[in-house]
Amino acid sequence: MNAFSPDITFDLATSPLRDLNEALHKTSGESNARRWRVLNPEGRHAVAVGIDAPVTVEIDGNVGYYCAGMNQNASVIIHGNAGQGVAENMMSGFVRVCGDASQSAGATGHGGLLVVDGNASARCGISMKGIDIVVKGSIGHMSAFMGQSGSLIVFGDAGEALGDSLYEAKLFVRGTVKSLGADCIAKELRDEHKALLAQKLEAAGVAPGSVDLSEFKRYGSARKLYNFHVDNADAY
Amino acid sequence: MTAHDSKGPAHALPQTLPRFSATFDPHTLSEIRRAAATGIYDIRGGGTKRKLPHFDDLLFLGASMSRYPLEGYREKCGTEVVLGNRFAKKPIYLKTPVTIAGMSFGALSAQAKEALGRGASIVGTSTTTGDGGMTPEERGQSQTLVYQYLPSRYGMNPVDLRKADAIEVVIGQGAKPGGGGMLLGQKISDRVAAMRNLPKGIDQRSACRHPDWTGPDDLEIKIQELREITDWEKPIYVKVGACRPYYDIALAVKAGADVVVLDGMQGGTAATQEVFIEQVGIPILSAIRPAVQALQDLGMHRKVQLIVSGGIRTGADVAKALALGADAVAIGTAALVALGDNDPHWQAEYEALGTTAGAYDDWHEGRDPAGITTQDPELAARLDPVKAGRRLANYLSVMTLEAQTIARACGKSHLHNLEPEDLVALTVEAAAMAGVPLAGTQWIPGKTGGY
Amino acid sequence: MLASMLCVMTDRGPDSAGFAVYGAGAKDKVKLSLRAAAGYDFSALAAGLSIPADGLPPLAVRSTHAIIEVPAAREADVRAFLAARHPEVAVVGTGARMEIFKEVGLPATVADTFGLAKMSGTHGIGHTRMATESAVTTAGAHPFSTGADQCLVHNGSLSNHNQLRRQLKREGITFETENDSEVAAGYLTWRLKQGATLGEALEAGLKDLDGFYTFVVGTENGFGVLRDPVACKPAVMAETDQYVAFGSEYRALVDLPGIEKARVFEPEPATVYFWERAQ
Repeated sequence: MNAFSPDITFDLATSPLRDLNEALHKTSGESNARRWRVLNPEGRHAVAVGIDAPVTVEIDGNVGYYCAGMNQNASVIIHGNAGQGVAENMMSGFVRVCGDASQSAGATGHGGLLVVDGNASARCGISMKGIDIVVKGSIGHMSAFMGQSGSLIVFGDAGEALGDSLYEAKLFVRGTVKSLGADCIAKELRDEHKALLAQKLEAAGVAPGSVDLSEFKRYGSARKLYNFHVDNADAY
Repeated sequence: MTAHDSKGPAHALPQTLPRFSATFDPHTLSEIRRAAATGIYDIRGGGTKRKLPHFDDLLFLGASMSRYPLEGYREKCGTEVVLGNRFAKKPIYLKTPVTIAGMSFGALSAQAKEALGRGASIVGTSTTTGDGGMTPEERGQSQTLVYQYLPSRYGMNPVDLRKADAIEVVIGQGAKPGGGGMLLGQKISDRVAAMRNLPKGIDQRSACRHPDWTGPDDLEIKIQELREITDWEKPIYVKVGACRPYYDIALAVKAGADVVVLDGMQGGTAATQEVFIEQVGIPILSAIRPAVQALQDLGMHRKVQLIVSGGIRTGADVAKALALGADAVAIGTAALVALGDNDPHWQAEYEALGTTAGAYDDWHEGRDPAGITTQDPELAARLDPVKAGRRLANYLSVMTLEAQTIARACGKSHLHNLEPEDLVALTVEAAAMAGVPLAGTQWIPGKTGGY
Repeated sequence: MLASMLCVMTDRGPDSAGFAVYGAGAKDKVKLSLRAAAGYDFSALAAGLSIPADGLPPLAVRSTHAIIEVPAAREADVRAFLAARHPEVAVVGTGARMEIFKEVGLPATVADTFGLAKMSGTHGIGHTRMATESAVTTAGAHPFSTGADQCLVHNGSLSNHNQLRRQLKREGITFETENDSEVAAGYLTWRLKQGATLGEALEAGLKDLDGFYTFVVGTENGFGVLRDPVACKPAVMAETDQYVAFGSEYRALVDLPGIEKARVFEPEPATVYFWERAQ
């Protein structure tokens, strides 16, 4: 973080959030202002949302709800904790939470990579649609609920009802899983999955070889809820 | 026990006619048999089919001696409406207060969505996306397009968000307040599957709550995010199914909505459980006054606009909804009928599906002969978006003219000057629900005289 | 600190605000938190409570509220006297240390009205309300008293509170409002009267209360937190060597000293937490 020399520094203690977001929306690939630093977020909501440019935004402190929501192409790095729905509906780009993330981290994300250095609480990756999420700590209950695609990689443990009503999202958990949700089952971790893990972890900046990939367990959809059958009625 | 006269031949005793139970009527019996055979609840499209207190139970008091009417073809009766001027930099300006409700690509064919856009644009009103995202056909042909923000977030992306003219946060709909969505595998074509990021052919389930917020205090923060993403330009609508309209509308306003959309139980759906459609929610007639009361109590009536929907069919319905305090209405089912849904032209094919023109509601099966509620390329090709759009435009024009006719008769130079005092009710139920007196009396049930 | 936490939360709850402060207590005395209409003459009321041996009871008036301190042995007499002679005054809480204040209006205004910033104590609980179904009234503002030195605040919406209110009324619990949160408070009061500990009462609530909730309950020595099993309504805790703080979002905590170094975490669903001061 010290090596980061910003082109623009924006202090939310003195300038309105609306100005920050508007300025970020005006940047594009041609802009010279590629590196932004945001000071004093103090838990504000909707910080650095809706960016669509290959810029890097470093936020010094904790943010509230929906930081980096709907991100495209930008790298948003939060030096603190993130509130509910960090990187929600992200399309592409990179979001990193250096602390913990609250509920619904990466919710409905379509693409890009979300890395949480600490823990993520409930509903991490809910309705994920292509995003990759790497959580170095643990995740809370109902994570990857209705996950459609993408991958969720967890170094620690998972709470209750992991992967409930799962579609095609790929889940990897190194620690324990408190319980699996409806239609989510443990699956064999084959070489192709290890390759996928290696690729995602490299993108997340995890040093190759620092994590033993064979320690992960893979979870996926049993695909029994894909078409209604009366014998599965309890699962609805 | 044959009784007969000793002098004459025996007469057959009069037989009573077979009598069906009012409780176990033929439809109920068929439903019990269907449930017993399949083990799954009945799913269908459309809205409630039961008879409900509705706008038909209200009548207007035209001008005569105490009030003066406006001259039909000469004196102006305005119909334009501005939506979303509370916080948004770019409010919506419509020429008519009749808008097109949200219906998804997926539920409807691309041709049908395009036709809705064409028809709405001709008359200067808006159309709305649905659960599944925005298609280029629809955006291209819609002058004013409202982009729905739904729990599933199927097809939700910031590019389309910026292309939209307004954003509608959907909390519920009148056909199934509190319920999620359902699109059966038959309609998940390659294109629908790709837009929703789902495997082809599976039954698609949609969540009933949003994945990243719950409750009005969180909604306020979600609305803030949507405003920040779109630089505070676009009006934010909040749509609810009618159940507890006073509280829900008040909370939508507190959460920061520019416009609230209130959908009565007559509102349609692409597919949901029959029991949901028929048993949950309240008729739009009963929902408008409490909603308006909430706006008035907050000092926001006409500042946060109210769009009502659910069973709007005619210009008279529009005028009545506006007189009760709405700013605009939305139509769904009626718009589909204008496009060609359930048209007797396809009677033979409806019969082949075991139904008849006018009653076809298996929209979820994707075999719509009219090419509207289907993803089958051959069926969908039957609908010409240009001609169907023209039919919709004609229909919307008629509704607007009808509403103007009534408003002029009541002496109003704008539709928005219609008021509850211009109405009376034909039935005690409608009088109580709409809060207007029974015709010929001063009596509003539940109130002690006056308004 | 509590005042600034409440003000930051104005967006979330613009309708009313309230707080409970746990200050110093006197031996064998009990504080009654009273609420009445604006301009009410509390000293006249206190005069009616004077007994020759003790003189006038200590009285502290803050706007529409007053704290009156009476000998613990006389609490029942005083309550009976107030109920019979002063129905216009509501007892919003009692306890050796707890004082409750609540009013409609923006949180900053409410905090100013009562001079919250200048109050001191070992701990306190505040709440800002965005009313859902029940009316925006002072009686509907949180916290709700659940027993001596106990109060409850709630974020969420209960779905079976009407039924529960009817049951509790039959059990002799009284309610002032149609508010769901008051039912939760009444439920805890009832469980406590049955002999349950607060922890047991909260545990039982997991089974009996339906809907969405995050509760914070204040006790004489600390506070407890409970989230429903679905746990949609937000909750965040901050712990340092000096204090423990709860907020429905991090933003409420930003002005706390040393917050950037605190351990910040979210309580688990369906789990009862307690933080108690060492005695």
